[in-house]
Amino acid sequence: MLLLLLIFLATFPFYGLPSYYTVLVMTFFMFGILAVSWAMFSGATGYMSLAPAAFFGIGIYTTTILYSLLKVRVFSVLPVDALQPAVNAFLIGAVVAGGLVSFVLALLLGLVTLRLKGIYFAIFTFGLVVFISELILFLEIHITGTRGRTLILPGTGAPLCSNTTIYYIMLGILVATLLAIYFIRRSKLGLAMQSIGGNEEGAEHMGVNTTRVKVITFAISAIFMGAAGAIMAAKLIYIDPIIAFNLNYSFLPVLMAIFGGMGQLYGPVIGAVIFAYIQRILMTEFPKYYMLIFGNTRYPVHARWIGRAGAKVAESKAAIKIVERRRSGATCQYLKGKV
Amino acid sequence: MIDTTLRIVIYGLLTGGIYALIAMGLSLQYGVARVLNIAHGEFIMLGAMLTWALHTGFKMNPLLSLAVSGPLLFVIGFLIHRTLFKSLRTRAPSVAAFEGNSLLAAFGLLFAIQSIATLIWTANTRTYTYLNIGVEFAGTVYTVNRLVALAVAVAASVVFYLFVTRSRLGKAIRAAAQDPATAGLMGVNIDMVLAICFGLGAFLAGLAGLLISMYNALSTTIGLNYTVIALIVIVLGGLGSIPGSLIGGFILGIIGSIIIIRGDPSLSVVVYYGIFLILILVRPAGILGKK
Repeated sequence: MLLLLLIFLATFPFYGLPSYYTVLVMTFFMFGILAVSWAMFSGATGYMSLAPAAFFGIGIYTTTILYSLLKVRVFSVLPVDALQPAVNAFLIGAVVAGGLVSFVLALLLGLVTLRLKGIYFAIFTFGLVVFISELILFLEIHITGTRGRTLILPGTGAPLCSNTTIYYIMLGILVATLLAIYFIRRSKLGLAMQSIGGNEEGAEHMGVNTTRVKVITFAISAIFMGAAGAIMAAKLIYIDPIIAFNLNYSFLPVLMAIFGGMGQLYGPVIGAVIFAYIQRILMTEFPKYYMLIFGNTRYPVHARWIGRAGAKVAESKAAIKIVERRRSGATCQYLKGKV
Repeated sequence: MIDTTLRIVIYGLLTGGIYALIAMGLSLQYGVARVLNIAHGEFIMLGAMLTWALHTGFKMNPLLSLAVSGPLLFVIGFLIHRTLFKSLRTRAPSVAAFEGNSLLAAFGLLFAIQSIATLIWTANTRTYTYLNIGVEFAGTVYTVNRLVALAVAVAASVVFYLFVTRSRLGKAIRAAAQDPATAGLMGVNIDMVLAICFGLGAFLAGLAGLLISMYNALSTTIGLNYTVIALIVIVLGGLGSIPGSLIGGFILGIIGSIIIIRGDPSLSVVVYYGIFLILILVRPAGILGKK
C-alpha cells in the first residue's frame, strides 16, 4: 500500500498533468517535512518549538549564499551543456549543507535553551526567528550591501532547475524524514522522548539523560527543516530575510501536525496536505472572486494581494477552530474509527 | 556630553512611556488570563487606525476619540475571550496546555485581525498631523505631540495601577491571577474577570495605538513589531508583573535611544532581540518576576 503510494508519487510528474500540480504536490511535501519534523521533537517531548521558520530560513540562506559564492567562479565559466547537471549536483550538495548548518545551529541552541520550561521555550524560539531574520537583514545591508538576492542561472536568467527536480529532491527529503521518525520512535531515544513528554522529572529520576535526549532530537528535527529550506530556495528564486524567515513557516507546521494528530506517522502529513491545499485554493480562487466585487481588473497585483488577505482570514479562522478541537487530532481519530 | 546624555534620557522616556503602556496590557492578559497574546500588536494597530479614521473622517480630536475607540476595543477583546479563550480554557487539561493552545489561537487571531483591517483600510501608509509643534529644551527640539503622548501614557499607567491595587474589581483580578480555583470558590466570577482582563488589555493597546498614531506613520502591518517590543518588555520586567512592565518599558526605551543617538538606528531591532534572547536565557523570571 505504502509502496504503491510511493510509486505513484515517484511517477507523478510524468502523467502529463500541468506543472501546477507538480508544484502543488511539492508544496504538500514541503509542509509535510516541516510538520513531521516538528512532531518528531515537539510532539513527543511536549516542548512547543516555534523555530521551524528559523531552520527553514537557515536552509534557504545556505543555498543562497553558497550559490552566490560559486556563481561567478564556477557556474559562469562552465560550458552551457554542463551547466544544468552541475547546478543539480550543487543543489543536492546544498540540501546536505543546509541540513548540516541547521543541525549544528540547533545543537548549539539546544544546549543553552532546552533548560527553559513551558511558555519560555515557545517565546524564545519565536524571538529567535525574528532575531535571525533582522540580523541577516542588518548584515546584508551593512556588509555585503544587498537587500535581497536572486537565484538564477548565469547567462539565460532561468530558474536554477525545473520544478520536477525540486519535486524529486523534496520527495527524497520527505521519505528520509518519515524513515527517521519511524526509527526514532522504535528506538531507545524515542522511548526516552515519550517519557520526557509524560513526566520529565520522573524520567530524569529513572536515569534518562533528559538534556542530551532533548538536544539530540531537537538537532535531528532541524536537519530536515534546513534541508527543505535549502531546496525551496531554488523555487523561491528571489530571497530576502522577510521571505525566508516568514513566521508562517513556524506556525503552520504546528497547526498541521496538531490537526493531523501526532499519534501516527501519517497524521502530520495528512494535516499538511489538507492545510496546504486549502491555502492554495483560497489563494488562487479568491482573486477572481474579489476582482468581480471590486471591478478592479486593472490591478492584478492588488487583487492578488486581497486574495491573500482573504486566504489568511479563512485560514486563521480554521486554525482557531482546530485548536479548539484539540490534540487528539481529528483526522487520526476519524481514520482509526474507520479501520 | 551632558547635553547628549540628557537627550538620550529624554528620548528614552518618550519612547519608554509608550512601551510601558503597551507592555502593561500584554502583562495583564498573560499574568491573569494566561493568554500570551501574540495578536496584542494588532489591537495597537486597530487603535491607531481607528484614531486615524475618526480624525480624518469626522474631524475628531485624536485624544477625545478614545471615547469611541476605547470602549470598542474593550468590547472586542471581551467578546474574543468569551467566545474563543474561555472554551479553550475549560477544555485544556492543564495550565501549560492552555498556554500553548492559546498561543496558537492568538496567532490565528493575529492574521484574522490584520487581514480584516487590511480589507477595510488597504495596505497604504497613513499619517495625520496633530500638535506637531516644536519645543526647544536644552538645545534640542521636541514635538508637543510626543510630550502629550508621554504624559497620557504615564497618567494612564498610574490610574491603571491604582485600579488594580485599590478597587474591588482590581482585587478580584489579582485574586484570579494568584489562584483561579480558590478565587472562584470565594465568589469571584472567574470567566467574567478573565474576559474583563482581556478586554482591558485590548483597551490599553488601543490607547497606546492612539498615542503612537499622533507622531508615527501607520499601516495595518505595524502590529507585530509592537507585539515583540511588548514581549521583550514583559520578559524584562517579569511576566505578569505590572510595575515590572513600567520599569522594563523605560529601560528598553533608554537602551533604544542610546542605540539611536550613539550608534546606528538600523541596529536597534537587532539589539532589542539580542537583549531579549540573552535575558530569557539568564533570568527568565525578569527583574521583578517571582521565581
